[in-house]
Amino acid sequence: MAKKLLIPLVVFVALVGFLFAGLFRDPREVPSPLIGKPAPAFTLAQLHDPAKTLGPTDLKGQVWLLNVWASWCVSCRDEHPLLVELGRAKIVPIVGLNYKDEPAAGLKWLAQNGDPYSVSVVDRDGRVGIDWGVYGVPETFIVDKAGAIRYKQIGPITVEALQTKILPLVRELQKS
Amino acid sequence: MSAAGRSQGSAAANAASVRAVAKRLMPLLLVVAIALSPIVLLAAEAVPTDKDPVASARAVAIADKLRCLVCQNQTILESNAELAQDLRTQIKQQIAAGKSDKEIIDYMVARYGDFVLYQPPVKTTTILLWAGPALLVGIGFLVLARTVRLRRTQPEEPALTAEEHERVERLLRGDGAKDAS
Repeated sequence: MAKKLLIPLVVFVALVGFLFAGLFRDPREVPSPLIGKPAPAFTLAQLHDPAKTLGPTDLKGQVWLLNVWASWCVSCRDEHPLLVELGRAKIVPIVGLNYKDEPAAGLKWLAQNGDPYSVSVVDRDGRVGIDWGVYGVPETFIVDKAGAIRYKQIGPITVEALQTKILPLVRELQKS
Repeated sequence: MSAAGRSQGSAAANAASVRAVAKRLMPLLLVVAIALSPIVLLAAEAVPTDKDPVASARAVAIADKLRCLVCQNQTILESNAELAQDLRTQIKQQIAAGKSDKEIIDYMVARYGDFVLYQPPVKTTTILLWAGPALLVGIGFLVLARTVRLRRTQPEEPALTAEEHERVERLLRGDGAKDAS
């Protein structure tokens, strides 16, 4: 009989356990189906020199980051100092995808806040963003030497994410 | 009075009663008409503005099945987030390009994952989601059946032990003092 009385308690504790674990998960972080898949192709005009273009095929053979940013994006300001430092350290080339932005506003923003990007390309209408599954700027992708996406950071890069995930993975991919 | 005159009189009476009924029904009809008018207005508003009503209806149907990733509790159809607007444009363009509904939905899933689908596919990872409710109902029925069976097999009155029987006899005899000791 005592065993029977324990059943609701066990069920309740399990439920509380699930709900408690749910408190620490971010429902906005949707796992990308693109991890492990080839980086979606694009050929976009460069922000600083619209006559030139750039695409993932130009970067084959090296590990690179794609950082999606915009001058209108508030949380891009949060991660920007980190990106500037990462760019200065020259560990890995960072390509900026200037997402749904006025090129003039983007250039001004970089002049004000520093330019960590080896190249920035202009995705004026957000089509390339859709191909990459972008839904919240900023987002950062790690692309390996073979041109496959290996990691996606949704939202601003944090010191923690940089130290525990992004840099170790970049170093590992660069060795292979 | 002739027969014709009589029938004429009753016809007039009939007409008068019909008028009376109509007069009484009039307010009711008005109420119904007023109650229905918003539906008519809404229906008029919902007429697609695009040139091709069929394509437009398809675009609406597809957008209604997809979740907006920015405001996750809205569909792409409902949301006014920029991304939702862009995706609606994508759907329209792809319909114009002759893509099938499935191709368009696959396009979205390839980029945003199963999460964009309001109705997730049946997979090993989602099987609990789909089978869960049926499973719970099944467990409920099992518990119910067990409870009912147990209740049926239980004796109406629990039998007394010999000792208890003796005590009852004693109490009934009024020999309570001995029992209290």
